[in-house]
Amino acid sequence: MHPILGQLRRLALYLLAWIPLAILLAYLFDVTGALSRGESVALAFPLCMIYAFICLSAYYSCRATPFDRSSISRLVLTHGTGALVASGIWIVLAKMVMYWLSRTTSFSGIDERFSRQIPLLLGMGIVFYLLSINLYYVLMAMEASREAEARALHASVLARDAELKALKAQVNPHFLFNSLNSISALTSSDPAKAREMCILLGDFLRRTLGLGEKSAIPLEEELSLVHSFLAVEKVRFGARIHMDENIDKNAMNVPVPPLLLQPLVENAVVHGIANLVEGGTVRVDVKASDGILSVVVENTFDPDAPPKRKSGVGLANVRQRLAARYGPQASMDVKAAGEQFRVAITLPIEKEARAS
Amino acid sequence: MQERKIRAVIVDDEELARQVLREFLSAHREVEIAAECANGFEAVKTVAEQKPDLVFLDIQMPKLDGFEVLELIGPGTAVVFVTAYDSYAIKAFEVHAVDYLLKPIGAERFEAALTRAKERLAGALPQQTLPPTELAAAARPPSQHLDRIPVRDGTRVFIIPIAKLDYAEAQDDYVALACEGKKHLKQQTISSLEAALDPSRFLRIHRSYIVNLERVARVEPYGRDSHVAVLTNGTQLPVSKSGYARLRAFLDR
Repeated sequence: MHPILGQLRRLALYLLAWIPLAILLAYLFDVTGALSRGESVALAFPLCMIYAFICLSAYYSCRATPFDRSSISRLVLTHGTGALVASGIWIVLAKMVMYWLSRTTSFSGIDERFSRQIPLLLGMGIVFYLLSINLYYVLMAMEASREAEARALHASVLARDAELKALKAQVNPHFLFNSLNSISALTSSDPAKAREMCILLGDFLRRTLGLGEKSAIPLEEELSLVHSFLAVEKVRFGARIHMDENIDKNAMNVPVPPLLLQPLVENAVVHGIANLVEGGTVRVDVKASDGILSVVVENTFDPDAPPKRKSGVGLANVRQRLAARYGPQASMDVKAAGEQFRVAITLPIEKEARAS
Repeated sequence: MQERKIRAVIVDDEELARQVLREFLSAHREVEIAAECANGFEAVKTVAEQKPDLVFLDIQMPKLDGFEVLELIGPGTAVVFVTAYDSYAIKAFEVHAVDYLLKPIGAERFEAALTRAKERLAGALPQQTLPPTELAAAARPPSQHLDRIPVRDGTRVFIIPIAKLDYAEAQDDYVALACEGKKHLKQQTISSLEAALDPSRFLRIHRSYIVNLERVARVEPYGRDSHVAVLTNGTQLPVSKSGYARLRAFLDR
């Protein structure tokens, strides 16, 4: 679509830009002497308006000869010809106007006097046309860069979406392999328990499945995912894991991003409880008040535990997702003091989803 | 004449994981389970006391991880590593032909590992020649530096956090680790220790010395063209010519 004709505002701005050119033309008419000052002004303006519309056609030849992909000779030839044709048309139209005007009393004889201005008109026509060519190339370059920006933005949004999906869908392979090993141990010593653990593990995996596509789930659902995770881990670690939870009743239906709480509890087990010979307790506290949901996960840990062979991917993952979704409205605070490890999250409660 | 039994120790913090190994081993009358351990400290102590032939060693455990245990139990014991999922460790095991089992442990794979361990014990296969510290270094994720050094004195284990290490001195096959006025001996070459330490915090200032840069108070000329590094606690360490160049480059930065 034509960048100027397409929008009324742009067209008005474009015609406004022609006023200085009209003034220039009037001045030139005046100083070359063939026309009176009054005639110069009276003619320059309508002539420029006519030419402004003729020059709109320059856009099409600019589009046909892209600046960065056409040879110089091609550019010179195309726009040189264009300039001559546009000026020619302008002169013909001007002559027609003059012929008509010369029959009125106030402009009698203008036809003949104007003819002496034709070389000037031709020259200015070429200059004005080339100016328009310039304008269109600038507009096209701006358009191209805006499109490139939009494309880059779109691509980065897509990439982040894909990344978030991947982040959400991950199940720790450690967890899976260790659980399978526990099942393998139980098959001979306690087949009923082995079956129970298969079911617990299946239950957990089923719950995580498809969470990647959801943008929010009720906190209650996330909690039951946590319970299902801990049920499996309790078979593995036996009496070493304790869970203590304190959940605000009215927080149960608050929508939260899926896999918000589970990675925190998993982190507490893997990097905390698993390193304690005597085991320990994971405490989960959830409160909802004044439109803010606050989640605290606390666990005991051994400050002298063997160096981690894997850094806390789970925590970084939750932090990234919170930042991507809520920006500065959400906070995540990780603190290790003495033998206590504490992660505190606050996030805004989304209103429209709360009503449903 | 009854053949001497192979004495094995199972080390894993999960009871069920120990149970699988116990079950697989129960089919082998020639193997006797000498002990089971649930954490790294216990493992080092038990191995030092019982001197078993074979150890099944989990990697992720409380107190000390499997590699730290390996460093402390020294050579002479065949070790089969057991892990659920540790891409760097598995790669290191493969490269250095160290026996390992993946959880869940399959019977066939277990038998193969046990056979190899037996051959190794019978002398049919060469003993593990790679020093434990180098295996541990090879299994460490890239860009991760040592942040503590476990040392053993008899059956006791000390952990030296890297920040408390003043300097290390080479003494034949050992390094002496100076920490809070005491020196702890560890069987390791100074070069392999140097490679494992964070180069922005520790510098090899001499063929036989690595120094914690935070401890260096000043460098003084000594003799005609050598230097000594004076530590904050007054200890003087020799600085070689190339060591001095490295130290200068660091101090000028």
